[in-house]
Amino acid sequence: MTQVDECGPVPGPPTGGPRRRRGRAAVSRRRSPVPLPLLLPALVGLAFLVLPLIALLVRTPWAGLPGRLTSPAVWQALQLSLLCATAATAVSLVVGVPLAWLLARVDFPGRGLVRALVTLPLVLPPVVGGVALLMALGRNGVVGKWLDAWFGITLPFTTAGVVVAEAFVAMPFLVISVEGTLRAADPRYEEAATTLGASRFTAFRRVTLPLVAPGIAAGAVLAWARALGEFGATITFAGNFPGRTQTMPLAVYLALQSDPEAAIALSLVLLAVSIAVLAGLRDRWMTAS
Amino acid sequence: MTDIEKTSHPSGTAPRPADEGLDARLVVDRGRFRLDVTLKAAPGDVVALLGPNGAGKTTALRALAGLAPLTDGHLRLDGDSLERTPPESRPVGVVFQDYLLFPHLTALDNVAFGPRCHGATKAEARARAAEWLERMGLAEHAGAKPRRLSGGQAQRVALARALATHPRLLLLDEPLAALDARTRLDIRAQLRRHLADFEAVAVLVTHDPLDAMVLADRLVVIEDGHVVQEGTPGHIARHPRTDYIAHLVGLNLYKGQAEGHTVRLGSGPSITTTEDLAGPVFVTFPPSAVTLHRDRPTGTSARNLWHCEVAGLETHGDQIRADLTGELPLVADLTTVAAAELGLHPGAPVWATVKAAQTHAYPA
Repeated sequence: MTQVDECGPVPGPPTGGPRRRRGRAAVSRRRSPVPLPLLLPALVGLAFLVLPLIALLVRTPWAGLPGRLTSPAVWQALQLSLLCATAATAVSLVVGVPLAWLLARVDFPGRGLVRALVTLPLVLPPVVGGVALLMALGRNGVVGKWLDAWFGITLPFTTAGVVVAEAFVAMPFLVISVEGTLRAADPRYEEAATTLGASRFTAFRRVTLPLVAPGIAAGAVLAWARALGEFGATITFAGNFPGRTQTMPLAVYLALQSDPEAAIALSLVLLAVSIAVLAGLRDRWMTAS
Repeated sequence: MTDIEKTSHPSGTAPRPADEGLDARLVVDRGRFRLDVTLKAAPGDVVALLGPNGAGKTTALRALAGLAPLTDGHLRLDGDSLERTPPESRPVGVVFQDYLLFPHLTALDNVAFGPRCHGATKAEARARAAEWLERMGLAEHAGAKPRRLSGGQAQRVALARALATHPRLLLLDEPLAALDARTRLDIRAQLRRHLADFEAVAVLVTHDPLDAMVLADRLVVIEDGHVVQEGTPGHIARHPRTDYIAHLVGLNLYKGQAEGHTVRLGSGPSITTTEDLAGPVFVTFPPSAVTLHRDRPTGTSARNLWHCEVAGLETHGDQIRADLTGELPLVADLTTVAAAELGLHPGAPVWATVKAAQTHAYPA
């Protein structure tokens, strides 16, 4: 901020006294007047982000809320959402952590390409992800065909399909987050473990994993939150069947057309969950470092 | 591994095989840097790799541990070839420079980690770890996490952790570098005791000549990836062969051609010595043997006289160390009073004298 003051037309100190020479005191003094060209857009941005949430709270039918939230339909969607998001997170952990380790610790040809492919679902429109999943795992999909013929497994439009769709969208968050943590962790601890007789896997399990556990937990929470809010891939790949594939976001969208107050109530639940997630991760992200 | 103790003490007086101990030629080629070092040591030996930063000491240590692959050469330990053995299968213990104690495990579990990896049950491993901590005088810190330990304690836990797998080769990377000067004295003495008790080969890496001389029976001096000198600490201190070692042990060192009592240094000045030698020799004398004069001295009994110029001055304990250039580059120690009386300052011309009896010449 003080740097900006240097170039722009600087309003003098409130007293109108002579400008002080640069120094510690002068810097702290100059910090107070925030230039309007920065302040105004900042406030607009803040309002833009916060206002909708306030509106949601304002329009919430508080009186009927307990009744709505305990209605079987809402309860069903909430249960299904929690179940699927947790299952998707579990899937992401089981395959995502080893994938992150591979990216962080093994120098193989094409590593950059693999990382790009892993990151792709982060930026891919979820609907496209859903279509792609149908092409791969649909009843006539590249792999789905065989799953159906050999094992009698069909994923689309099932609860398992919801988990697949959510994991597809959420796992990159976990992989990227865990890879970053692994890169920051000192690989020499693994070396120390191997000199003590630990195989590379034992070193990972007994030394690296505990060391990066906080990073894995943060990545898992992030992936879980992403899975909970997943809409596009889910509705494309798994459809919208109450009790089977209709998760909270789908229920919200549907309710908005028939019963807006129900949609608000459901949205409030998701907002509460999001705030809880943020609170859980506050040490990691809310303290600007 | 759990019965190493039994196997390394064959019943009774079985003759020790000739190939027991360490026999290694370590070649690690990294393009711009090439390490090529031969190391031999018998069980019970403590060998110090001494050298300046970047000489390749730590690379040599990592090659011994299996953490850096050998480009060429061999590594035999008690007759077993280890070049292709992965680090986890080598009977080698390592004390890392900053110890690398696992921060999430207690001191006890850090030490128990090795035995556990070698197949001991949790209870056995902990019992053995407790014994090691006891031996290191750390019994009451068994439950502490590494961050609660002092530098000296952490060092001993790291040593216990490395020894708990009963290695046949113990490697220590700058074992005292992370300690402050006070702790260093105590820990150095303790480490010396533990190393004396250790029955297999110990190799330590250090850039501190004092650590090397106190802890090791034999020094291997490495410069730029190659061994430049090896021998007992006493021999190396008296007969340095490179400027690096001469500087470490605080001697002026010159190489020249001897003809009787005169050693001619290239085309430059000569040094008169008491030894009667012929051919290429090294000549040394300590900085304290140098006497400085403002004017050309007359009637001095010193046989060696050179005209020099002060290049730099620094305090060295309660002395002043003068760095001289000119006819013969050398360092000289003198008292603060003497330095003041001579009016020494960088650029000042001085005459330096050294008595022949204070020099020491030996074949190169």
